[in-house]
This record gives sequence, C-alpha cells and structure tokens, in this order.
Amino acid sequence: MNKHSRLHLPRAPARPGEKPDFSYVQISPAGAVRRPDVNARALDIDALAVEMVRVLDDVDDAVGPWHPHLDPAELQVGLRHMLLTRIYDERMQRTQRAGKISFYIRSLGEEAVSVAQCMALRPGDMLFPSYRNQGLQIARGIALVDLMCQLLSNTRDMCKGRQLPVMYHSKAGNIFSISGNLATQFPQAVGWAMAAAIKGEDHLAASWIGEGSSATADFHHALLFASVYQAPVILNVVNNQWAISTFQGYAGGEQRSFAARGPGYGIAGIRVDGNDFLAVYAVTQWAALRARTGAGPTLIELVTYRAAAHSTSDDPARYRAKDDQEHWPLGDPIERLKRHLIKLGEWSEERHRALTGELQALVGASWQEAVTYGTLNEGPKLDPDLMFEDVFKEMPPHLQRQRALMRLERGSH
Amino acid sequence: MAGMNMIQALNSAMDIMLGRDPSVVLMGEDIGYFGGVFRTTEGLQRKYGEHRVLDTPIAEGGIVAAAIGMGVNGLRPVAEIQFADYIYPGFDQIVSELARLRYRTAGEFFAPVTIRTPCGGGIRGGQTHSQSPEGIFTHVSGLKVVMPSNPRDAKGLLITSIEDDDPVVFFEPKRLYNGPFDGDPTKPAVPWSAHPKGQVDEGYYTVPLGLADVVRSGSQVTIITYGTMVFVALAAAAALEVDAEIVDLRSLVPLDVDTICSSVKKTGRCVVAHEATRFAGFGAEIVSVVQEECFWDLEAPIQRVTGWDTPYPHAFEWEYFPGQARVASAIQAVMESA
Repeated sequence: MNKHSRLHLPRAPARPGEKPDFSYVQISPAGAVRRPDVNARALDIDALAVEMVRVLDDVDDAVGPWHPHLDPAELQVGLRHMLLTRIYDERMQRTQRAGKISFYIRSLGEEAVSVAQCMALRPGDMLFPSYRNQGLQIARGIALVDLMCQLLSNTRDMCKGRQLPVMYHSKAGNIFSISGNLATQFPQAVGWAMAAAIKGEDHLAASWIGEGSSATADFHHALLFASVYQAPVILNVVNNQWAISTFQGYAGGEQRSFAARGPGYGIAGIRVDGNDFLAVYAVTQWAALRARTGAGPTLIELVTYRAAAHSTSDDPARYRAKDDQEHWPLGDPIERLKRHLIKLGEWSEERHRALTGELQALVGASWQEAVTYGTLNEGPKLDPDLMFEDVFKEMPPHLQRQRALMRLERGSH
Repeated sequence: MAGMNMIQALNSAMDIMLGRDPSVVLMGEDIGYFGGVFRTTEGLQRKYGEHRVLDTPIAEGGIVAAAIGMGVNGLRPVAEIQFADYIYPGFDQIVSELARLRYRTAGEFFAPVTIRTPCGGGIRGGQTHSQSPEGIFTHVSGLKVVMPSNPRDAKGLLITSIEDDDPVVFFEPKRLYNGPFDGDPTKPAVPWSAHPKGQVDEGYYTVPLGLADVVRSGSQVTIITYGTMVFVALAAAAALEVDAEIVDLRSLVPLDVDTICSSVKKTGRCVVAHEATRFAGFGAEIVSVVQEECFWDLEAPIQRVTGWDTPYPHAFEWEYFPGQARVASAIQAVMESA
C-alpha cells in the first residue's frame, strides 16, 4: 500500500554509517542580510526569517550592517563565558560518569547562543531558559559552586533536592526555574513580558526552546499571545538540528525555517548563524531595542548544532553519523570568536591556553568546595523533612501527618 | 518460551500485532529509527516500514489527536508517550475526545487507540520522570487503564489492549523493565531471567483485562496492589512472616471486584498499596469497594500504603518511595487491630 504513498516521512540527511550531509542548511554570506530599523513592521521584513544573519566571514573578519562593533574587552568577556561554559560542561559530564551526580546535559557547540544573548540583554530582563542554557547562568554571574550544589542535590542546593540536575533557577539573577516539561516556559515568558508592560516597566522577557519543542502547543500559545498583546518578549528557537534522535524535519523544519513562523503570527522573525557570537549578539540587541521601544516581540531562530549527546542518558551513535559535528558548516562558536580576536590583535593562542588553564582551575576549585556541602551518596545530607515543605505555602494537616509518619519510618531503620 | 525482560515482551507484543493486523500502527517520539528511548520499539520500523512505525513531532496533544483521527479512519494506533510525566499536553484529547467519542456519537464513531507510557519512580528521575498518574485516568469514564508488573503479563495485556476497540491507557512501570524490584535500592539488581514471569511465550497470547492475578495465596491478610508495588509487597510480607495473599490487579479499569472481595472475605484484613500519591488516589477507590462489599467480614480498618502527597523529589527518592518499611507498618497495623 506504500509504493505511491502521499504520506511524506522526513528522512535525516545522515544516519550511522552514512556520510554527514548538511546541504539542506541554507546559509547567507556574512554581511549579506540587510539590517532594518528596529521599528520596522513585521510584514515588511519577512525576508529576515529565511535568510541567515551572519557577521563573521570565512577569514574571521566582522562585516556588514549587523556588525555590533563591540569593544574587544567585551568580546574577551564573551569568549571567557563561552569557554567557562564548555569547561564546566566537560567536568560535570565526567562527574556524572563517575557516579557523583545522577544526570547531566551539555551545551557543547551552542555556547554562543546563551552567552551572546545574555550579554545583549540587561540584568533586569527576565530569562526563561530551557535545559541547555547554562551559558545564561554563567554570563549572569551565578557562582559555579551554586550550580554544582544543585547538580549534587546537596545541603546548599537552591532547589532543596527537589529537581533533577541542571534544572536551576536564580531568583536574584532573574532566571526562571527550568522545567523538565518542554516549552512550558515559552508562553510564561510572554505573560511575564505582558506584566512588565502592564506595570509600565521597561524590562523585557526572553525565552529559549529547542526546535523540537516548537512542535508543542505551548510554542503556538507563546506566539499567539505575543502577537495579540505585542508583548516585549524575545522568543528564541535554538535549532540545533536534533531532539534526542528526532531530526528537525519532524518539527516542520523541512518545509520552512522556524523563524518564518513569526511572520505567520505577525511577529518579526530572524534567522541567525547561532555559532557566530557577533551575529547572535547583534540580532538580540536589535530585538531587545524593538521590544523596549514598544515595537513588539521577535522570534529568533538560532541555527546551531548539538555537538554532544542529548543528555548523559543518550547515545547519538545509534541515530546519527558519528563525526557529524566536524562537518557542521557553521563551525564552532568558541573557535570562531577566538580567531576573530586574534585577527584583531586582541588575543593569542598563548592567552587562550592560559585562560583555559585558569578556568579549569576555577571549575576544579568550585567542585572541591561544592562537595563539602554533600553529594548524593556522601557527606552532609538534606533533611528529608524538606520534602514536605513548599508543596503549599502553609503545610496542610494531611502533609503534617505524612511527615510524622515518614519520621517514624526512618526511625525504624 | 523465551527469556524476556519487560521491554522485550512489550516489543514482542507489538511485533506480533503489526504482523497479524495490517491496521496496527505505532507512533511516538523517537520510536522509529531510534527504537524508543527505552528500546521498546527497537527493530520494528526496520521490519514493518516507516508507514507502520511513525516518528512524530514532540507534541503529545498532536500525537493523541492524530491517533484518534487514524483510529476513526480504520487504523489501530499504538501511541507512545515517552514518559507518563509528559502526557498532560495530551490530556484534553484523551479526556474530552478519546474517552467520549463512542458515547457522544451513540457508538457510530470510535477510536481503538492504545496509549503506552512508562511510569513510576525508583530511577533517580526527579519529578518529570517518576510520576504515577494512573488515578487521574481511572477517574475518566470511557478509558480502560492497565498496569502490568512482569513481562508475561505485559505482553498478553498489551495484545489485548491493542485488540480492544475501546481506548486503553497502558502504564509501564519502568523500574520493572529490566527486573523485579522489591523496593530496596541497595540490593543488586535482579534480572527477569531469574524470575518465572520472565519466561514468555514467543507467540500470540492474551491476558484479559479486568482479571486480577493472585500472585501469592495466603490466609491472614490481603494486599491489593499493582505495578512496582507487587514485589515490594511480596518482600515485606515475607520479611514479616505473615501469610499474606497478594493480589496484582493488572487492570484498574475494568476492575476485578470478585477476586478482590473473595480474598478479603477470606482473610478479613486488607492493605491497599500503590506508588502514586495518596489523596484521592486509586487506592481510595479500592478501599471504598472493599468497604461496600466486605464490611461485615473485616476484622480491622483497611490500611493504605502510598507515595506521599508531594511532587516526586529527586534527592529524597527513597524516603518518598513506599518501600518495604511502609508496607510492613501497614501490615502490622492491620494485624494488630482486633
């Protein structure tokens, strides 16, 4: 019955044993995409949603109208945050493999997304991250020890042992709680932005999801509410090509870009080279100015590649070509910014090595401190009574009874 | 007969049904090329083709809705929701549509959809990979709700569910995928190959819905349970040297009231155990049935053993999980009451 089927079944371009093929990725030359006024009407700038904003060219120069002209010192900060994110990820991955934490998710190859975007926003802007945005925490200056204590579910865990590793939050840092359920934060960010507008504040909200999560109803709720109320929000789809084993074609990426869903809702959509620190910074700055001046929301698609496994529970060798990421046409974000800085005369291989060593030492020292507050299996432990707190603001009688029963049960051992 | 773990037994059930019935299709996130995050559908797309085993977008509402449409158009979809914790975006389609379609069309439309979903804790999965939401679905008229506790039952129950013209929500306690688990995480894992119910008929067979299994006969107390808690109850009763009769419900809707009541009438004492939270949980329904049907035979108030009424906590997994100590306290309480 399937010989002449009208049912289209998206095919990943390369599976294990096949040659990596990224010919489907539409790439504009660096500097080629025009930069419209931040007040442009969404319907007049449709092309931005299918082209690709790029600033860094093939010889590591920054070119074109989106060049953000950042101070070299700021670029060095960006490089440092990205490198720290990567080193933190590597160390925590090893820690999980050694059985010290139960789970981890790396952001390898996607560091520019979180770091450049966070740097283009203000500290008062509220961030609604997904689980691969640890660069936001690092760029916002959250201490590594605090992140590690969450991973360890130890006595200084901000979540008091209630969340899986990587589901951080920071009330003081204006970073919302990460949910294990996909895309739920996307429409919540719109609501936060609506409140900012209602209260007459000039903060904006930004949220991140993967392209796979754009399949959820919550993605559409976010775009609809953002459009209706023209909320001051930046909605980011991190298109890293893979949702566990599910290729971006299964989220609708074969037919049209993810950014192009913005114009369908009357929202500006921009597609950007997600591994180009300068381009990511520039489009975020543009969208932030747009939101802050009341010109409305923006949907940004950041085209990047999930160079690592989905999580420590995943093995991508089962479903994609082994050396896929080496053929990714947009390169590596850290390498590209590093080469650009070297070309500017503002960096060197030697300084890069020194920084790498410094950050490795920082991560190592942070870990040494974090484990003194306990690990899952050793050292000081959270009081299990905490399990019953924060279910409600005041603990109702039935939970008080259950807490007493649990104490008895533990006492009987 | 062949040695199978629960994953292999479920795979075998789907393999057989794909082979027997051309209207059976599988659908879900990561289930096709990859074979599912728990490998439950491994090899089935390769064997039956991409038109029979479909990868889907990450949209549980869309998966359930599309399964309903396919079911209405003559197919027999088996939809996987990757974790029961992720079923809620599909809730409206399940409750308002799937469960009621036959009723609201006076039987003219129906969708024979089976929704498979891994549930339960004990795997360090935190609140988004550990929930036991069966009671939310047993409360909905028009849904059948199943939860096997071993490979042999899992296969027969899944085949029955797929063949059933009514919608079935089929919960798979993932802590039992690779072996029985008695609630003690410090013990080495036991594989299904060491358990009689890991011996599974390789061919087609069914286990009917609505028929509980008395996994241990006893005279002093009846423990009514299902899923992971079956093995916890067995271990707790053995440790106390109590002659307990242990009833594995296997299907919650329809419910085998006869087996429950004849056991309680025999023993006069009853403990109800599940992993899910307590308040308005499925255990309350069992307690109510026993009270209505067996009141004059009861020697003591019925006891319930459950998870606490909190979200599933990552760090306090074993303080939360209703392990042997909690079951033992309930057994002792019901034995001591005169």
